[in-house]
Amino acid sequence: MSVLLLAEVAGGALALDATAKSASAASALGPVTVLVCGPAEAAAAAAGIAGIDKVLHCADDSVANGLAENLSALILQLAGGVTHIVAPATNSGKNVLPRVAALLDAMVITDVIEVLDANTFKRPIYAGNAIQTVQSQDAVKVLSIRTAAFEAAATGNAAPVETVTLSDAPALSAHLEDMVVKSDRPELSSAKVVVSGGRGVGSEADFALISGLADKLGAAVGASRAAVDSGFAANDLQVGQTGKVVAPDLYVAVGISGAIQHLAGMKDSKVIVAINKDEEAPIFQVADYGLVADLFDAVPELTGTL
Amino acid sequence: MKVLVPVKRVIDYNVKVRVKADGSGVDLANVKMSMNPFDEISVEAAIRMKEAGIATEVVVVSVGDKKSVETLRTALAMGADRGIMVEAPEATEIEPLAVAKILKAVVNEEQPQLVIAGKQAIDNDMNATGQMLAALLGWGQATFASALEIADGKAQVVREVDGGLQKIEVALPAIVTTDLRLNEPRYASLPNIMKAKKKPVAEKTAADYGVDTTPRLKVVATEEPAGRAAGIKVGSVGELVEKLKERALV
Repeated sequence: MSVLLLAEVAGGALALDATAKSASAASALGPVTVLVCGPAEAAAAAAGIAGIDKVLHCADDSVANGLAENLSALILQLAGGVTHIVAPATNSGKNVLPRVAALLDAMVITDVIEVLDANTFKRPIYAGNAIQTVQSQDAVKVLSIRTAAFEAAATGNAAPVETVTLSDAPALSAHLEDMVVKSDRPELSSAKVVVSGGRGVGSEADFALISGLADKLGAAVGASRAAVDSGFAANDLQVGQTGKVVAPDLYVAVGISGAIQHLAGMKDSKVIVAINKDEEAPIFQVADYGLVADLFDAVPELTGTL
Repeated sequence: MKVLVPVKRVIDYNVKVRVKADGSGVDLANVKMSMNPFDEISVEAAIRMKEAGIATEVVVVSVGDKKSVETLRTALAMGADRGIMVEAPEATEIEPLAVAKILKAVVNEEQPQLVIAGKQAIDNDMNATGQMLAALLGWGQATFASALEIADGKAQVVREVDGGLQKIEVALPAIVTTDLRLNEPRYASLPNIMKAKKKPVAEKTAADYGVDTTPRLKVVATEEPAGRAAGIKVGSVGELVEKLKERALV
C-alpha cells in the first residue's frame, strides 16, 4: 500500500496545519508521498513533516492555481501503483478529488473523520447529525480528510524532494485573478481561538464588534450562514455544514442561535462560549459557558475586560 | 444555448435528522422533503440566464425515487422549461458516481452547453457530483461559483475559495457548481405552480441509460455522533472571564 497526499498550498505557501493533519491521517494507510504544487519553499516545508517518505514538487504554472482539470491530470500521472489518493477537505481538495476519483472510476469518500482500516472510513452525513462507516470496494481509494478531526503530524523530517512536471495539461480553464483578503488574523480552519458572529450582530458595520473581540483574543473571525446570507461577513468566514469545519480550543459564538447547519461546523470545539439574548437559543445546548445577554453590551464589556 | 440543471430531493434543511435505532441509516419516514438548497440556487441561475436572453431552454433533471418528480415540478414552477425524471432503484443509496454517469448520458442526449449543479447535497454532504460529471465528460469545471457570466463561448466564474475568491474562465461546454452567494432563489407563484403541472416531464430509468447504480461504498454502520452535554450559564461578563481564566483559555 502507498499513499499520494496532495499538499494544501495557499497564497504561495504551504498550509502546514491542513497538510500535517492530513499526513497523520494518511500515514495510517501506508508510506506517504506528498505532492506539492507551488514554489520550492512550499515543497521544502512539506519535506519537514514527520512520517513523509518523499515529496514530489511541481512548479508548473498550469497547476499553480489549483485548476482542477490540470491538477487531476497531474495526480493521475503520478498515481501509478498508489492505493490511496488523499487531500485535506479544503475548497481546493474538494474541487479536485471527485474529478480524480471519477477518472479512476472510483467513488470519492469525502470529509473522512476516522480511518478504521485501509478500506474502512468514518464520515459525517446530514450536517454531522449522523456518522456513517463506509467500506470502499474500489481499487484506489480517493479520500478527503476533515482536518479538524486529526492531530497534526510533527515536523523535523527531511524527506527527499523530487521535481515533477505535468506532461499534458488539458487546458480547459484558465486562472484570471485571485481576490484574496489579506489578514493578519490566524487562518480560520487552524486557529486555536475562533470568534463567530451570527444574524444577531445585525449589520456589516456592527461585525466590527466581532473582529474587535477576535483581535483581543488573537482569534480568527467566523460567521454563521445567516450572517453570510445577510451580507454581514464574507463567505470564506462561514462556519458550518456548507462552510468550514473548525475545532479550536475556544469557540465564542456571538448572536448565533445555533442552527443545525452551524453546529455541524463547530460542535467539536474543545470549549464553546455562547453569548445570545435569547435564552432558548439552541446554541446553549452545546455551550460550556452560556451568557444570556445583549451582545451589544456584553461584547464591548468582554473586549474591555480581557 | 441550452442549460441543464440537476436537482435532488433531500430532507428539508430545517429538519433534525434521527438515526434509526438499529444503525441501518437515518429515519426518513414522514419527514418533510425539499429541493436541495444549492440546487434551488442553480435553477435560479439558469432561469436568470434565460430571462437575460443567454439561455434558450432550461432543462431540469432528477435522479432518484418516484417522488423526485415533485422536486422537478418545483423547478418547473420556478421557471424551468421541462423535466427529465430518471428513476433509480434503491434511490436513497444512489452515489454521486452513479448519478454522474446517468447525467453524462443525459448530457449526450440533450447536448447542453452548460450544466449548473449545486455544490453539495445536504443529505450525504458529498460535494462530488458536478466534479465527477465534468471528469466523465472531459469538460472544464468551475466549482463553488458566487458569480457567473457567459461571453464568447466561455464562462467567467468567481469561485469561493479558502481565504477569499478566485476568478477563472472555463471554455464551454462546462460544468458550474453553485455556492450560497450566487443568488437568492425565487419563490414560485401560484399561477406558475399551476402552469408547471402542464410542463412536460420525460420518464426514464437508470437502466435506460445502461448505468449500473450498485453502490461502491458499503455502509457498515450509521450512528449518532458523540453527544455534547450542555454546560453552565454564567451570570455576567466578569464571571465568564473568570471561568475562562480558570481553564487558561484567555
